[in-house]
Amino acid sequence: MGLLSKKDAKLITDPLADNNPITIQVLGICSALAITAELEASIVMSISVLFVMGVGNVVISLMRNIIPSKIRIIAQLIVVATLVIIVDLVLKAFAYELSKTLSVFVGLIITNCIIMGRFEAFALGNGPWRSFLDGIGNALGYAVILIIVGFFRELLGSGTLLGIPVLGDPIEKTGLYSIGYENNGFMLLSPMALIVVGIIIWVQRTRNKALVED
Amino acid sequence: MGLKSNLHNLKEKYKGKKMAPAFNALHTFLYLPNETTHNGTHIKAADDLKRTMNTVIMALVPCLIFGMFNAGYQHYVALGEIERSSGFLGSTFWTLDNLIVGLWQVLPLVIVSYGVGLAVEFLFAVIKGHEVEEGYLVTGMLVPLIVPVDIPLWMLAVAVVFGVVIGKEVFGGTGMNILNPALTIRAFLFFAYPTWMSGDKVWVHGAVARDQAIAAGENLDAISGETILGSYAQNNSVVYDYWDMFWGLIPGSVGETSKFLIIIGALFLIFTKIGSWRIIVSTLIGALVMGLIFNGVVDAGWIGESSKFYGLMNVPFWQHLIIGSILFGAVYMATDPVTASQTNKGKWIYGFLIGFISIMIRVFNPAYPEGVFLAILLMNVFAPTIDHYVVQGNVKRRMKRLKVKTA
Repeated sequence: MGLLSKKDAKLITDPLADNNPITIQVLGICSALAITAELEASIVMSISVLFVMGVGNVVISLMRNIIPSKIRIIAQLIVVATLVIIVDLVLKAFAYELSKTLSVFVGLIITNCIIMGRFEAFALGNGPWRSFLDGIGNALGYAVILIIVGFFRELLGSGTLLGIPVLGDPIEKTGLYSIGYENNGFMLLSPMALIVVGIIIWVQRTRNKALVED
Repeated sequence: MGLKSNLHNLKEKYKGKKMAPAFNALHTFLYLPNETTHNGTHIKAADDLKRTMNTVIMALVPCLIFGMFNAGYQHYVALGEIERSSGFLGSTFWTLDNLIVGLWQVLPLVIVSYGVGLAVEFLFAVIKGHEVEEGYLVTGMLVPLIVPVDIPLWMLAVAVVFGVVIGKEVFGGTGMNILNPALTIRAFLFFAYPTWMSGDKVWVHGAVARDQAIAAGENLDAISGETILGSYAQNNSVVYDYWDMFWGLIPGSVGETSKFLIIIGALFLIFTKIGSWRIIVSTLIGALVMGLIFNGVVDAGWIGESSKFYGLMNVPFWQHLIIGSILFGAVYMATDPVTASQTNKGKWIYGFLIGFISIMIRVFNPAYPEGVFLAILLMNVFAPTIDHYVVQGNVKRRMKRLKVKTA
């Protein structure tokens, strides 16, 4: 027996692939489209969501027996809003440029469907430890897709990774640019993020036929 | 042993194997196969999908050839080496020099378009184990006609892969696609590499290279290859007269400049019943109506000469048909039987809105002076909805009639 029992480990590994919140449940698409033009923004967004979901799931799970079910959505919103404001203020204090890039999307974590979905579907019915694992797992599943999409969009759209030029300099025409390569401006537009997510879904379902619905 | 029997033997040999669709496609593309169905009742028609496609290609060939001559002609005129021709049979237009430049520039576009596109089609056919579909034959011909002559070949190749895979194969191949693949390819190029798809340099072969030479410090005159739409959008004066626009001796995408040849192609398509005359006519009506509205706005004095929309709004409404590529779009793109509306009434609505929206984008968005491809893609998406309401309307009307009778 390791640190986690088999059942607990599944809470983390399942959302990474076969029950991924973005590609399988198709939740949280809005932020995946909006902020993935740069890899750095994707990573920061992923960390923010990881924090909010991990802590939020635990809090909701602890409070699950005292929240009246009629006002549970409001209670959930208050919890997630508090956490998001913390994240937002931390970003503003320590990474101001980045928080400008992410602009409203940090605030919009509040309405991120994955978070509300996990509160409703899991934290309200499970203990704190399992809820924590579930939150971390789903946030990681979200992060994996965000980082893959961000990687391709920044690489092909701007020729950089985390702001570092990797394909050469487009103005000085060095590296790949010297032989006529150009950045793909379409990659920086949101529709392309949707198409990249679509391709990930396509690849995933081709590899695992069990995921294909009729 | 001829090629035909060789192909037939290969087909027999690989029957049921992975590569079978590839040989099958080659065989039926080049020859009429010997196989016939023996049992059951069948409708016999002389034309199949391949013949339909070939008819469209035949209608496009004059545009392609003209485009080659025009590529060379625009190149030499811009360099100042030949005089402008006037009229379709001008002495400086149909020259061997022009054709050589055109062949050198345009043939690679055709080869890349077909080579890459068919490779993707064959790949998908082999993976999915179905027959190779004929859809790409027309797309492959349309693509070189709707791009600027100086577009880098690798960009075209990337766009073709994107267009065929995302525009068609993911939906299940020819007949299942929502968007016109050729326009998907153009839209991809437009948004991915805008500097190669718009502006006043890319439309004339050599203008971009000349610019780079000037930037490198050579003492040369810059070449301006501004399209007519571009000039209007910038409120610049236009140096071409209406007959130049009609015959097509103007800068533009390879195959869309000659309105004369497009009209001949349109008549050919309508006569052979391949293209829908309803869509073509309604698209043109839509464009004219929008043009008239804009002319009315200018006449009423609602918009001043200083406005950035004035140039294009002031274009006489009928002239919208001979500038830009609305005619090419109406004849060859909007009529694509897969992505257009299927019902007759739907075709009128579909076409009208294409024309209407095209001119609207043209006038209101100077960044995209050519909105035809966007308008057609948009209406491609709405075509099934239009059909749905036309069919439902028909059902309702007949239900009412039924009730009146029984009552």
